[in-house]
Amino acid sequence: MKFRVFDNDVDLSDFLPPDIPMKGILIGIVLVIGLVTAWNTVYQIEPEEAGVVLRLGKYVGTKNPGLHFKLPFIDQMVRVPVERQLKQEFGFRTEAAGVRTTFSPAAFLGESLMLTGDLNVAVVEWIVQYRIADPYAYLFKVRNVEETFADMNEAVMRGVVGDRTVTEVLTVGRQDIELNAQIALQELCDQYENGIRVEQVVLQDVNPPDPVKPSWDEVNQAQQQRDRLINEARADYNSVIPRASGEAQQTILQAEGYALNRVNRSEGDATRFKSLYEEYRRAPDVTRRRMYLETMGRVMVKVPGKVILDEKAQGILPLLPMDGLRRSANLVGGGGD
Amino acid sequence: MNVKIMVPLALVIVVLVVLASGFYVVDERQQVIITQFGEPVDAAVTDPGLHFKVPFIQTANFFDKRFLEWDGDANQVPTRDKRFIWVDTYARWRISDPQVYLERLRGDELTAQSRLDDILDGETRNAVARHDLVEVVRTSNRQPDTSEVDEEETGVLDEITTGRVDITEAIQTIAGPRLLELGIELMDFRFKRINYVDEVQRDVFDRMIAERQRIAQRYRSEGEGEAARIGGEKERELQRIQSEAYRMHRRPVESPTQKPRGSTRTPTTVTRRSTLS
Repeated sequence: MKFRVFDNDVDLSDFLPPDIPMKGILIGIVLVIGLVTAWNTVYQIEPEEAGVVLRLGKYVGTKNPGLHFKLPFIDQMVRVPVERQLKQEFGFRTEAAGVRTTFSPAAFLGESLMLTGDLNVAVVEWIVQYRIADPYAYLFKVRNVEETFADMNEAVMRGVVGDRTVTEVLTVGRQDIELNAQIALQELCDQYENGIRVEQVVLQDVNPPDPVKPSWDEVNQAQQQRDRLINEARADYNSVIPRASGEAQQTILQAEGYALNRVNRSEGDATRFKSLYEEYRRAPDVTRRRMYLETMGRVMVKVPGKVILDEKAQGILPLLPMDGLRRSANLVGGGGD
Repeated sequence: MNVKIMVPLALVIVVLVVLASGFYVVDERQQVIITQFGEPVDAAVTDPGLHFKVPFIQTANFFDKRFLEWDGDANQVPTRDKRFIWVDTYARWRISDPQVYLERLRGDELTAQSRLDDILDGETRNAVARHDLVEVVRTSNRQPDTSEVDEEETGVLDEITTGRVDITEAIQTIAGPRLLELGIELMDFRFKRINYVDEVQRDVFDRMIAERQRIAQRYRSEGEGEAARIGGEKERELQRIQSEAYRMHRRPVESPTQKPRGSTRTPTTVTRRSTLS
C-alpha cells in the first residue's frame, strides 16, 4: 500500500482530516491515556483465583477474589488459580475430559515402568491431584514448578514401589502405596517450598509388563481352578454324608423302636407276674388255690369229657363209660402225645 | 525557539536519560550482581524492587534466585552385582553465590548445566557401581504385607544395609562441596527412574513368568490335594456312620428303667451324637 502511495505520488496532505481543532486532538489523547491507565488500574480476581501483586518486581500482597485497584504500569498482577484442583497424569494422558483416550501405552512406559523391591518389574499408572496452597511460593520459589513436580512424583512413586514386592504392588498394596506416596510427596513439596498441597495420589492401572501378563492370568486361573476343585469335592461330600448319617439314624431309631417294643411288652408281663407273686407271698395257700382254680377253670373248659372223682373213691371202673371217654381221651391225648 | 531554553532543556533530558539508565528493577525471582568493567562490585542484590547503579559504568547481571532444575541423561550403569540398569536422575539447585557463579561459569546456565552433568553423572556412576541393585531400588527394610496372600506369592524382600535414599544422599554429600565451589548449592538429588537394560529385562521377564508359573502350579496341586483329602474324609465318614449305626443296631437291649442311672448307655449316646454332627 505504502509503496503504491509513493509511486503514484499522492499528496499526503489529502489524507489529513480536514480542520480539526488542536483542542479536540488533545482531549482525544488525554482520553486514550486515561482509558489505558484505567484499564491498567482496575482488575477483577475470579472466585477460583488469587492475585499476586508485584510493585516494581517486589511482592506486595495477594488479593482475594473481587474488584481491585493497582498502580498503573508500576504494579504487576499475576493470577494464580488457588481454588482449582490441578491434576497430573503418569503413564497415560487424558485427551479430553469425559472421554478418556489413552495413547499407546508404550509411549508413556518410561513413566510407568518401574522396579519393585524384589527386583521385578511393574507398570504403574497414577494421577496426582493438588492445589496451589501458597501462590507466592508457587510463583517465586521454583522454576518450572509443574515439571519439577512431575519429577518429584516419579521419584517418590518409584521409591515407594521399590520398597514393595511385585505382588503387593499389583494386588493388596494399592492403598498403602497411595498413602505413602502422598505423604512422601508432601514432604518433598515442603522441602522445595513450591507452595503445592498434595490432595491425593490415586493409582490407576497397575499391571505386570505385557510379556509377563499371561503368567499372571495363569495364577488367577489356577486359583479359580483350586477353588473349583475344592468346592466340587465339598459338594460331593455334602451330597453323601448327611444322607448317610440320616440313614444311620434311621437304622438306629428303628432298632430302638423294636427294643422298646420288646422291653415294654416284657415289662408288662413281668409286672403282672410280680403282682401275682406278691399275692402269692402274702397268702400262699389261697393264692395257690386261686391259681389252681383259675388255671383249672381256664383249662377244664377245653376238655370235652370230664370225670370228677372224689379222692376217697375206691375205684373208677364202675363209672367209666368206655366209649365216650375213649373218644374224648383220644382228643386230649392227641394234644398231649 | 530560543537557544537559551533549548540548551538547558537538552541538558535536563540528557541527565534524566542517564539517571534512568541507572535504575533497574529486581524481580522476586531474580538476584543481581553489579559489575564495573566486568569486575563484580559488592554482594549480590537479592531483595526485589527498584535499585540504582552508576549509569554506563556499572552493568546489572541478572540471575535466577529460584530452585532450578537439572535433569540427568539416562545412563547405563552396572551395579556391584553386575546388573546393567538405566539410571535417570534429577536434581534441584540454586545459584547460592552469584558472584562465584559469574566468575567460574561466566554466569551462563548452559555451562552450569554441563558442569552439573559432569559431576552428578560421574558420582551416580560411582555410587551405583559400589552397590547392589537391590540397594539402589529399596529405601528401607520394610517387610512385605503377608496378611492377605501367603509369603510364597507375596515374595520376599531382601535385607539391605544401604538404601536408595542413603545412596542419593551420599552422592549429594560428595557433589555438594564441589558444586559449592562454582557458586551452586545442590538442594536435592534423586533417582528418577531405574530400569533394566533391554537384555536384562528379557531375563527378568522370563524369571517373573517362571515364578508365576510356579505359584500357579502350587495352586493347582493345592486344589487337587485338598479335593482328594475331602474325598477321603467323605469315605471315612461314610464308613464310620454306617458301621456305627450297625453297632448301635446290634447293641444289647437295656431296660428303660435303667436309663436314669444307666452308665452303660451314656457313652453310646455320645458316639451317636458325634455321628450326626
